Amino acid sequence: MPIEQPAKIDQTLQDANLQLAIYSATGRLMAKRKDAISPDVCPDYQDLRTQANLVKKHTIENLDYYLEIVEKAVAARGGKVVYCRDATEVADFVLKLAKERDARLLVKSKSMTTEEIDLNERLEHHHLEAVETDLGEYILQLAHHKPYHIVAPALHLTRYDVADIFAEHLSAERETIPEKQTLMARVALREKFLAADIGITGANFVVADSGAVVVVENEGNARLTSSAPPIHIAIAGIEKLIPRAQDLAVFLRLLARSATGQPMTVYTSFLSGPRRGGETDGPDEFYLVLLDNGRSKLLADKGKRESLYCIRCGACLNHCPVYRKIGGHSYPWVYSGPIGAILSPQFMGVTHDPWLPFASTLCGACAEVCPVKIEIPRILLELRGEVVAAKTREKSNRWERLAFRLYAWAARHPSVWSAMGLAASAVAPDVPAMLNRGPIADWLSQRDLPPLPPKTFRQLWREREGTGVR
Amino acid sequence: MAPRVSLFVTCVVDQLFPKVGIAMADVLERAGCIVDFPEGQTCCGQPAFNSGYRDEARGMALHFLDVFRDCEYIVSPSGSCTAMASHHYAELFHKDPARMDEVRRMASKVWEFSRFLTDVVGVEDVGARFEHRVTYHDSCHALRELGIKTPPRKLLARVDGLTLAEHDATEECCGFGGTFSVKFPTVSGGMVRTKIDSIARSGADTVVSIDSSCLMQIQGALSRAGLPIRTMHLAEVLASR
Ligand code: SF4
Repeated sequence: MPIEQPAKIDQTLQDANLQLAIYSATGRLMAKRKDAISPDVCPDYQDLRTQANLVKKHTIENLDYYLEIVEKAVAARGGKVVYCRDATEVADFVLKLAKERDARLLVKSKSMTTEEIDLNERLEHHHLEAVETDLGEYILQLAHHKPYHIVAPALHLTRYDVADIFAEHLSAERETIPEKQTLMARVALREKFLAADIGITGANFVVADSGAVVVVENEGNARLTSSAPPIHIAIAGIEKLIPRAQDLAVFLRLLARSATGQPMTVYTSFLSGPRRGGETDGPDEFYLVLLDNGRSKLLADKGKRESLYCIRCGACLNHCPVYRKIGGHSYPWVYSGPIGAILSPQFMGVTHDPWLPFASTLCGACAEVCPVKIEIPRILLELRGEVVAAKTREKSNRWERLAFRLYAWAARHPSVWSAMGLAASAVAPDVPAMLNRGPIADWLSQRDLPPLPPKTFRQLWREREGTGVR
Repeated sequence: MAPRVSLFVTCVVDQLFPKVGIAMADVLERAGCIVDFPEGQTCCGQPAFNSGYRDEARGMALHFLDVFRDCEYIVSPSGSCTAMASHHYAELFHKDPARMDEVRRMASKVWEFSRFLTDVVGVEDVGARFEHRVTYHDSCHALRELGIKTPPRKLLARVDGLTLAEHDATEECCGFGGTFSVKFPTVSGGMVRTKIDSIARSGADTVVSIDSSCLMQIQGALSRAGLPIRTMHLAEVLASR
């Protein structure tokens, strides 16, 4: 029986233009990644993955230790670490600071962590204007869309869509040439950068020993966001820590290659604290917000805590045959694709969207490309077990459970098993007529069944052995 | 000494593609193996395991371990079912150290058919003849859980008259995924249509794989699309003369 699933899935499947947009955009990213990790340009790619996995494992398992270190390092450079338990605490902190400094306008660079806590909506609610400055995020903000992809947030929009959005919201002529669209955004955003009171960035990595926030990007907007306004707030999940600057090399080489197929991003900024005496650029104040929002709960779960190793490269989305069909808006949370499928149930509870861990063929493409080697299919399987356990507790899977128990029972009784097989093949000729109902009808809406053979293998084998025919 | 092979034919082959099992037995015997079929075998438990019913899967795994305990080699016409026994049983019994020894022993004895031929028996030319343009579908579990990429291609390369025409999406999932295709029929349908588009572009008249369930999915979509391309298990190609 088809499982209850969001209507968005079939809507996306039926939208031929959108299907093409998703498939070709992810396909391009796949091809670029493949070139960027090929042995002639990146001979140590697999070693890098192993090392990245080990560094993450070590950091996550000793997170309390590194959190203390980073707190001291940030303070030593004149900044301040702010721990926030959840979305409300982050919003409260930003609002309070804005009030104290009489700030009205914020600029933001791309950050999935702030998407996760709906920061913009929360600030808007209190009449603070927060402007996204990454081109893709800016387009989405104008159109009131959620990110479609963790790296390429506007992946679902064509340049014609963007032309419509700009024409409507920037009261400009309809412009379909991407370069010109970029210029339009640039003009609008320049003003914001110069007038902004606070800049908010995310963090790709937080280096514990030096207290530096590392942000990688291609547009230069994060650099401006963190240096033009007088206050810089970096918001990072606690899992973004890595121990030392020298560990960064591994991740910087992997991240851009996995994400966009670049050897390195255009900009890699090391942002550590406010401007010091003698420096010409930089903010007057620097805050590093370290967000928990459920992460410490994951940390306690040995079997699945590796979900926190994720560096948000998006490779698993691009390579996921399911994401490539259902797109980013079919997922229940801002994290889509395979990583979303393992994060969302863990953050929101497995009963929130019980279909999600099942929306996978377990093809393993995600784990194959994940630069930090998260075993996504294994975690999906564990989550499936948890969904079943929850359903069993609330007794909402009685029939399914009964079916699996009967089936497992039969499998332990070979005579019953083969009798069932014989019975099934005896009715084989009548099967087509029996198929117009139930789950098989749904299955047959997409494809044909093979003609059912009149004899099982068991029967053929006995005949073969009996007659000695080879 | 001739390897003693016990066939593990899988539910799908037993019930839906029995000729694949016979073809596999024929090829193995021609390659010099002594073949038997333990009649007590049923299902490896993968459908239950993949659906989150771990207790039920554990019961089935115990039965599997019992049936095949004393076998020398267990050979299966499926990467997916092989991977269940060789890789996933460990996830079912990791809290049971006594059982884990047995699980590990079993893991070293279960082989997927094509790799068994190339790596254990050490044959690539099984004397087959098949005059067709063939494309090979990498089934996901064989490719990514067992790392099987070259064995079936080596075997196909030595089939007389056969031309191998790879399709561009050879490593892309066909969208079957067992109960996935029942729970998400439309997504699964979308995935297999992408697959057959790529297959059609290759110009092949036959799609070959080492997993019958993928082939069932692909054949179903080819037939629905009215494309004159057929599917065959590698064992059937290798048994052709
Ligand atoms: S799970 Fe792995 S592949 Fe997916 S986004 Fe995170 S780091 Fe990248």
